[in-house]
Amino acid sequence: MYTEQVMEHFTNPRNMGEIPDADGVGEVGNAKCGDIMKMFIKVDNGVITDCKFKTYGCGSAIATSSIATEMVKGRKIEDAIGLSNKAVVEALGGLPPHKIHCSVLAEQSIKAAVSDYYRRRGIDPLPIVGEIHECEGCGI
Amino acid sequence: MRNVYADNAATTRISPAVFDAMLPYLKDEYGNPSSLYRLGVRAKAAVEEARRKVAAAINAEPGEIVFTGGGSESDNFAIKGAAELAAKKMKKHIISTAFEHHAVLHALSHLKKQGFTITLLPVHENGLVRPEELAAAITPETALVSVMTANNEIGTLQPVARLGAVCRENKVLFHTDAVQALGSVPLDVKAMNVDLLSLSAHKIHGPKGVGALFVKKGVVLANLIDGGSQERGKRAGTENTAGIVGFGAAAALAAAGLEERVKRLTALRERMIAGALQIERSRLNGDRINRLPGNVNLCFEGIEGESLLLMLDLKGVSASSGSACTSGALDPSHVLLAIGLPHEVAHGSLRLSFSDENTMEDVDYILEVLPPIVERLRVMSPLWDRIQLST
Repeated sequence: MYTEQVMEHFTNPRNMGEIPDADGVGEVGNAKCGDIMKMFIKVDNGVITDCKFKTYGCGSAIATSSIATEMVKGRKIEDAIGLSNKAVVEALGGLPPHKIHCSVLAEQSIKAAVSDYYRRRGIDPLPIVGEIHECEGCGI
Repeated sequence: MRNVYADNAATTRISPAVFDAMLPYLKDEYGNPSSLYRLGVRAKAAVEEARRKVAAAINAEPGEIVFTGGGSESDNFAIKGAAELAAKKMKKHIISTAFEHHAVLHALSHLKKQGFTITLLPVHENGLVRPEELAAAITPETALVSVMTANNEIGTLQPVARLGAVCRENKVLFHTDAVQALGSVPLDVKAMNVDLLSLSAHKIHGPKGVGALFVKKGVVLANLIDGGSQERGKRAGTENTAGIVGFGAAAALAAAGLEERVKRLTALRERMIAGALQIERSRLNGDRINRLPGNVNLCFEGIEGESLLLMLDLKGVSASSGSACTSGALDPSHVLLAIGLPHEVAHGSLRLSFSDENTMEDVDYILEVLPPIVERLRVMSPLWDRIQLST
């Protein structure tokens, strides 16, 4: 049911772990629905120099988090918030229809981390990043 | 790498003896059992021989066995067939449980839309129905009670004989889905006080696509399929001769080896449970004693079942889970929710189900690969971090 790319990222997740001195941390999803993604970013000169994740969830939740960290690492912060769930799905060679939800969480977790980064710098993230949808599945 | 198939509650490998018994009916013995010439007569005899074997496995009469297309069909036949006739007598109340198989629950939702009232009994933390709660739920309008003999996920064994006795006293039809129980616990329709009992072949090393419904002599159901006179007109259509013959062979094997099997599987189960519960923050779901000899159902906090299954599969272990992600649904298994587990715990469930083909070495192999997988997923899990902080 999963593509080779999904299984590869699930089996060998990239950038798994925490950044203790992160400049931004975002968490989306909830335990009730069965997936939580937590993203840590390190920002230098407006560029995401490091990104790590911790995820509780199914195979595609782990794979989408893993690939999302790769897709934003080394990118300017304004590019990172443009990361769409579609791009995540494409990079993984597709996801089963009922797993698209995971790619949305990956997109939102990056946005949540960036929002936290702005907030810590006294900048209102809402006009820049937009609203974070914690869990579009159950509306929590 | 070792391969361990530990999902025998989902389906089983066909046994070689069953396969051999079926082969002639897929090749040269292709006659229609309704035909008068010898080719047909031989096919008919084979179907009737299988009927005797299935009946013998549950202490029923051959005339009380109706062959169907499987367990789900048997459940639908029993429930809808009884309901249709009961509705004519204005008896439109059915009692069942919250953790039945979907074949029962969805058949009941269908009837609810047609004006039936459905009462679902609680199954409590241990996954067992209480006979006194059944007695209290019966009303003069109650047409049918349906309670499964053994739960397919957590393997709990219901006090079926006592539930059946309650139904008898109240003159209410009693159906039980015994699909998971056949070959794993003694089944005696007389001692169990049942009127209707569902069976399936592929859970006992038989072929898929064939099952049976025991219909106690004197109990009348509406026809399942109208057409020819097959299965006494209840389920028309040319018989699945090879499948039925395979079911007969599998039922005979299931009944013959029962005592030995229970002993062997119980030993596997107990070793598996004891070993798995060594894992921190793990729990066994369902009653420890009143459960199928081959069923183990566990929860590991802080991890999600689908990723657990994928990792087990990469180590050669086939198992199943009640997590939402494994079914494509938003909610985890209705069975685990019915025994009161919170969603986040139910998402981390693992069902291992053993059969004659499993060995102690299989259990030891699972116990070798499982703890590092749980550990690996917990290292990744922000939920696990939270659980540890809160303790």
